[in-house]
Amino acid sequence: MSHRVEVNPITCEAHGICAELLPERVSLDEWGYPIVDGRPLHGSELEHARRAARACPTLALIVARERARSRAS
Amino acid sequence: MSSSVTTAELYPAPPDGAVAGLPRLLAGVHEQCALTLTEHLSVHGQLPLVGGGGRSRSRSRAAKLFEEVEGSGLCGCGGGGFPTATKLRSVAGARGRPVVVVNAVEAEPPSSKDRTLLELAPHLVLDGAVLAAEALRADEAIVAVGEHAGASAASVYAAIEERTGRGEYGRIGLTLVSVGGGYVTGQESALIAGLEGREALPTFTPPLPFERGLRRRPTLVNNAETLAHLALIGRLGARWYRGLGTSAHPGSALVTLSGPVAYPGVYEIEAGASLCSLIDAAGGTTTGVRGVLTGGYAGSWAPAAAIDELELSRDRLAAAGGAFGAGIVLLLSSETCPVAETARLARWLAGQSARQCGPCMFGLDAIAEAISGIAAGAREQASDRRLQTLAALTAGRGACAHPDGAVRVIASALRAFAADFEDHRRAGPCELCASADELPLPLRAAGHSGARP
Repeated sequence: MSHRVEVNPITCEAHGICAELLPERVSLDEWGYPIVDGRPLHGSELEHARRAARACPTLALIVARERARSRAS
Repeated sequence: MSSSVTTAELYPAPPDGAVAGLPRLLAGVHEQCALTLTEHLSVHGQLPLVGGGGRSRSRSRAAKLFEEVEGSGLCGCGGGGFPTATKLRSVAGARGRPVVVVNAVEAEPPSSKDRTLLELAPHLVLDGAVLAAEALRADEAIVAVGEHAGASAASVYAAIEERTGRGEYGRIGLTLVSVGGGYVTGQESALIAGLEGREALPTFTPPLPFERGLRRRPTLVNNAETLAHLALIGRLGARWYRGLGTSAHPGSALVTLSGPVAYPGVYEIEAGASLCSLIDAAGGTTTGVRGVLTGGYAGSWAPAAAIDELELSRDRLAAAGGAFGAGIVLLLSSETCPVAETARLARWLAGQSARQCGPCMFGLDAIAEAISGIAAGAREQASDRRLQTLAALTAGRGACAHPDGAVRVIASALRAFAADFEDHRRAGPCELCASADELPLPLRAAGHSGARP
């Protein structure tokens, strides 16, 4: 089962902690919002990603299973 | 079972005088006054209902309806273009008693086709809602209109009243609800939030509405025109439906034509009809034309030179780099400046952000600022490369598709009017920049309060 990182863009308030804890998957745009690499997480990355998700003050970082979420039409 | 075989067996011949060609949805309508239920039935005939008569019989009738809808190729007419049969089956396969929502919010300023349809032929839309509800074993359908619904809301209300006490239609509860809010209200998740009494703002999904929507029930959200087509397919079948249109976009379509033509308004066209034939039907142009916007404010601009080649269907417009969207065709006259209009549009689209998602809120503001700078020929201007960067940072990073559509339409304007943008970069405002505004960009009294100030 593959996992990947996602962001809930509504709850995200650009604290930027995810980019510090998971720099291999998250960079910040010029306004401080995360740009995530949504490809499957490998090996130890999964644990790092979960730690980053737990540390997000608004719980906007999500470690999701399987396919990426689809959006409202 | 192929739909072309089942059609003749399942569906009666069209009643005399009914829709052989065009109009279909607007058959029999008279100006500015709704068809009564009696008139509607004499134009279209009785609706073959799928409910009643035992669970297994109604199930198999529903399955046959879904097959016909699939065979018809009907796709959503609210802009998304999603296959209607897939949506119906998804809701049918979800757990719990479904509910049907007719999306008639029509928050795109240059669109009035849903309001026109509801105003003139409300019973056809209600038929589609009833048919879908019966096929899904739902017991209610809600017609959601926007705050500017005007006469269309009165027409729906009167049509629902007319049906009250009529046994054959009475099994499905029909209600009319007005949902306030801006441009993003038409997005499914925002509409459901509005119907639940929350602010009509998009939510982060999943779950999608078909799994868990209104009051946590599986929810079919369909555009009003889509359901009107469904009501015709339910009567006449897929083969009849495919008698018009292209293979990828069968049937007819409602189009809102605006701009410098003699008779702007809502037209029912055969999908795939040429833009020129539509302009001719509207009495021709009254000024020169600079460009054409298809698909509305999430769509795409084309320069005037492309007008002779454009054909109005989802497949053909997409192949030409345009968009069918909700059937919006807007001509920009040669009496206004396309750069100034794009700058206004960019500001308006930024203002329509629900301001829930950072990249949409900051990105659309930055893009609007950059376009305004170019239009003014400011000393410090965003380069094309900078505009591309902003577009990439904005599109695809919101909870809903608003930033994607806004970036798309602005990028298309930069291409379609490239020479004009270059002139403004160099020389600043042109003599047409101060002319009267053409794009309808209504201000709302109360903007989104959003999640943040």
